[in-house]
Amino acid sequence: MSRRSNGRMGPITSRLIFTTGLMMGFLSARFMLDCNLLTEQDIHVGRNVQQEAQTEAHTVEHKSQVGNSSRTTRILCWIMTQPKNLESRTKHIRETWGKRCNKVLYISSVETDFPTVKLNVSEGRENLYWKTIRAFQYIHQHHLDEADWFLKADDDTFMVIENLRYTLSSLDPEKPLYLGRRFTPFVRQGYMSGGAGYVLSKEALRRFVKGFDGGNCTHFSTIEDMALGKCMETMKVEPTDSRDVKGRQTFHPYPPHYYLVRQPPRPRPWYLLYDHYPPVEGPGCCSDFVVSFHYIYGVQLYVLEYLTYHLRPYGYKYRFNPDEKTVLKTTEST
Amino acid sequence: MLSEGGYFMKGMAMGGIFCLLLSLLGTFRPGVESGTESQHHHHHVQALGKDALKHLTDVQMQKLRNQVQVSCIIMVQPKILVYWATALDTWSKHCDKAVFYSSESTKALEAVDLNEKDDWARLRKALKHAYENAGELRWFFVAQPTTFAIIENLKYLVLAKDPNEPFYLGNAMKSGELEFVSYDSGIVLSYEALKRLVHVFQDEDKCPERGRALWKLSEDKQLATCLKYTGVFAENGEDSHGKGLFNSKSVDSLIADSMKTNPNDVVAGCCSDVAVTFSGMTPNQMQVMMFGVYRLRPYGHDFHDLLVFNPPEGSEND
Repeated sequence: MSRRSNGRMGPITSRLIFTTGLMMGFLSARFMLDCNLLTEQDIHVGRNVQQEAQTEAHTVEHKSQVGNSSRTTRILCWIMTQPKNLESRTKHIRETWGKRCNKVLYISSVETDFPTVKLNVSEGRENLYWKTIRAFQYIHQHHLDEADWFLKADDDTFMVIENLRYTLSSLDPEKPLYLGRRFTPFVRQGYMSGGAGYVLSKEALRRFVKGFDGGNCTHFSTIEDMALGKCMETMKVEPTDSRDVKGRQTFHPYPPHYYLVRQPPRPRPWYLLYDHYPPVEGPGCCSDFVVSFHYIYGVQLYVLEYLTYHLRPYGYKYRFNPDEKTVLKTTEST
Repeated sequence: MLSEGGYFMKGMAMGGIFCLLLSLLGTFRPGVESGTESQHHHHHVQALGKDALKHLTDVQMQKLRNQVQVSCIIMVQPKILVYWATALDTWSKHCDKAVFYSSESTKALEAVDLNEKDDWARLRKALKHAYENAGELRWFFVAQPTTFAIIENLKYLVLAKDPNEPFYLGNAMKSGELEFVSYDSGIVLSYEALKRLVHVFQDEDKCPERGRALWKLSEDKQLATCLKYTGVFAENGEDSHGKGLFNSKSVDSLIADSMKTNPNDVVAGCCSDVAVTFSGMTPNQMQVMMFGVYRLRPYGHDFHDLLVFNPPEGSEND
């Protein structure tokens, strides 16, 4: 290209100007196109507009404890398990609710990298109470200061630890208390179902261990939950009502469908016979803030995990809002 | 000066054209994956992001809530009475309007008796009836008795989508060349789509009433064929991870699948948090599902959703 004598541009400058023009043209056109898209979005959306993943929309606003806010509600969970169940059951607990405990111990007869704690007790139904006694003694010896409440659960239980924490937050762990699904027979003050899981306060744990130390409590039966309940009574530990403010149960010794499915009025079925508080069948059975279901493992465990922690109806205003009443809306009825 | 300007203008023109070309190409978006799976989707529909809703005023929000009201069309038969009763007692209460269309009347439950044994003919009549009685409603959801739906999540998916545009959404599947929405996981139609459909019902060539006699196509495929003639195509409803919101399987089944394919992350690898439908659940499972969806939750996990849907009146299992 020949240079005109009066042209002030060199080839580099002209290319620069061209490139600048190119960019300006590109950006202007883009800007104008984007403007059109924006107004469309207001009313009807073009394809491919992203939906926020639920994890992003889920602002986990962890409510501080109700009641005495200076109190902590640390929960130590110990899970009664055995070598043959580690892969099929306990592993899945470890993947799901196990990690929501402040501390979790998997109690077995063999020590492994799972990790499991070995107790000098053989496996088998007839050793359940021995295992329980040794477990609580072990925990009392090694972990007493690490928690305020001590939960025992089977390896086929689904627990919602946040809801347990909510229930416990208004209670004093220095009082001798114990919670679960209260059963009536065999023990005058009743006892808590083993399958549904039960919780001892720190003071209750101290008294349990003291009971065995002093001979007030003995291994008089292999029926773990009933026998422990008897020791609790002997050591003057109080069974506490674990139902919610509407009288709905939180601990359940059977899976959800046993309770939730509507039934015509009928005499108590066999699985509700032991209940201390009059059981309700159908939707009124169970609290929104369920603590446990039993006979849950494998697929069912993950199904409950999905339903509790993941699947939800977007924007839905839950009917049961125990905290809302205390806040503002006095005009809202339940 | 002029010569400098000349280069600049040429540059601008080139830049502008280049941009236009790119954006035109962008909207074509040809099929990305190679067609190995029969569920390859050309058309995806995803819901609005959080931020889009933030800029709307209260008046606009209310307008959206009204616009997103759903009319449920539930196809039932007396021989599966327990499913019918379950749908009535569970998820259908969350529809703004729920009408049951039956093949024959029964004293047990109330329905629009279409007195029609043929499944396709019955579906046509139901859709026509729903269209004629739409009132203010602009979104239509067609379900089978074995479908379980979470209507709030359906609303979330179509929020701010214009029902005067044709939308035909659900679990989009492919059969040969035909892309259709699977029946059992629920079919979503916007007002415009339904309007076109009802119109093409009158065309016996394109959309025969007694179905394509020689090989009886299933109703969902017939529906897709008729809609295609009106320029309406099946779209897969999914979330931002590409997870389908409309499921032709039950929760149990999907979790079992996920335990095999994602053993280290079973729940995250399974289903969307805002799934709209599941299929193949028993009536008892549906009752438990009502509890699981609308009540069971961990205390303290609060969501600050930008729209509020109130619980239905006169109901207590949700």
